[in-house]
Amino acid sequence: MPGSEWLKNRPRLLEAVYAASKSALRLLHPLLKRVAPAGWRERVFVWSEEVSKGYLFNCQMCGQCILHSTGMTCPMNCPKNLRNGPCGGVRQNGHCEVIPEMPCVWVQAWRRDALMGRYGGEVRVLQPPVNRELQNSSAWLNLLDGVDVERPPGWSTIELEEIESG
Amino acid sequence: MVHSDPISTDNEGEQRDSESRLQQVLLGGHFAVTAELNAPDSADPKDVYANAQALGDVCDGINATDGSGANCHMSSVACCALMAKAGYEPVLQVSCRDRNRIAIQGDLLGAAALGVHNVLCLTGDDVSAGDQPQSRRVFDFDALHLLRTAAIMRDRGVFLSGRKLTTPPRFFLGAAANPFVPPQDLRHLRLAKKIEAGAEFIQTQYCYDVPIFEAFMRRVRDMGLHERVHILVGVGPLRSERAAEFMRSRVPGVHIPDAVVERLAKTPRKQKREEGIRICVEIIEQVRQIEGVQGVHIMAYRQEEAVPEIVERAGITRRVAMKEERPATTKSGLKD
Ligand code: SF4
Repeated sequence: MPGSEWLKNRPRLLEAVYAASKSALRLLHPLLKRVAPAGWRERVFVWSEEVSKGYLFNCQMCGQCILHSTGMTCPMNCPKNLRNGPCGGVRQNGHCEVIPEMPCVWVQAWRRDALMGRYGGEVRVLQPPVNRELQNSSAWLNLLDGVDVERPPGWSTIELEEIESG
Repeated sequence: MVHSDPISTDNEGEQRDSESRLQQVLLGGHFAVTAELNAPDSADPKDVYANAQALGDVCDGINATDGSGANCHMSSVACCALMAKAGYEPVLQVSCRDRNRIAIQGDLLGAAALGVHNVLCLTGDDVSAGDQPQSRRVFDFDALHLLRTAAIMRDRGVFLSGRKLTTPPRFFLGAAANPFVPPQDLRHLRLAKKIEAGAEFIQTQYCYDVPIFEAFMRRVRDMGLHERVHILVGVGPLRSERAAEFMRSRVPGVHIPDAVVERLAKTPRKQKREEGIRICVEIIEQVRQIEGVQGVHIMAYRQEEAVPEIVERAGITRRVAMKEERPATTKSGLKD
């Protein structure tokens, strides 16, 4: 998909779109909740995410989007599903260990993160394990409802402490 | 199924003084030597003892691989349990390729109960690298999730779910680093993340390119990471230029410069093995000079017998003081 490749190499543009959609959705969400039933909301959002993010990022619908922390590159395209990549198997030409013809998405993520303004540097944040229950649900709705940032209780014991100790 | 725990290991007090001899060696400021054990394709414990024997006298820790290269061998938990029982200091390699978070946490507890105190947390080679590429790849966790989860179990005494452990494991936690593959200029940042996730020691991928490693260590030192983690450099003898070619084309993540391959190619056939060992010794001598390097990790695939020689010739023989704790092993292995 040449169109999306062109866009993917412009992470600054993408992050601006991302930030704008996020604010717009935040504004619309209370209204949406009142007028549209939950099942309908989920269907419409899943469909529009599949279409838009599918085209742009080859989105795998993990339901807990971290695109802005990964240089606007979808980490779920990594065959090892890494959330804190890249692995040690990257080829000398920067391609994936598993799919030799594919550039390693994590090498791209780190490179593109360095080009980003607003969210640049976030690729250094330690990402928690994937919540597999959210697969195929709407990441946007999960974000608005705060579901995507829920952590396993054990994981939070350390994260909370880090926040407390500054 | 109510059962009591007659030999509670947790009565030495609450503070987590390490039971890992490897950690004690590193904290003592010694130059540590670890090596990789070839997990046998066998159901006989003697095969583990036979492979461990060559390594035991010169190593502060012996890694048991977890289906390395995605090939099936005796499990790392079993190899480590056998080694621990025989008085060696095992390092349990855990890969995220074959097990989900439920299985991994169970194995960590089991390994600790069997006397394993060192864990190396890995993502793992992909299934496509091995002889059963038809397998399902799991990768429920990545290496950093695994590290953090092991640290949570140890320090918080809970599973990832928050459920309490009766007796938490005590682990010295390690991770891998590969400075030799892209993005080379950013690899130290992933190391930093691993330290944040809980890594206390690092064993690197094979180092055949010292300049790349030096550049990596410069960045590591600039961030002060070498003061927060013990770094052991991966090394290993190459048997021939063909072995080198095979490794760099077929084993994921191995980088061998052309100069090394050519040097082996130019060596007469009878002396290739010796030349491979000489290259390995030279690399150890070089990386040892680099500030922040605290040991080497020798991966001598199917050449365990070369490890004592390498250690001696590199002049890093350690006065391994733990030997007396170990019952004498004979050629035929230990009796169970
Ligand atoms: S090389 Fe990159 S994309 Fe491929 S498995 Fe490793 S981290 Fe994932």
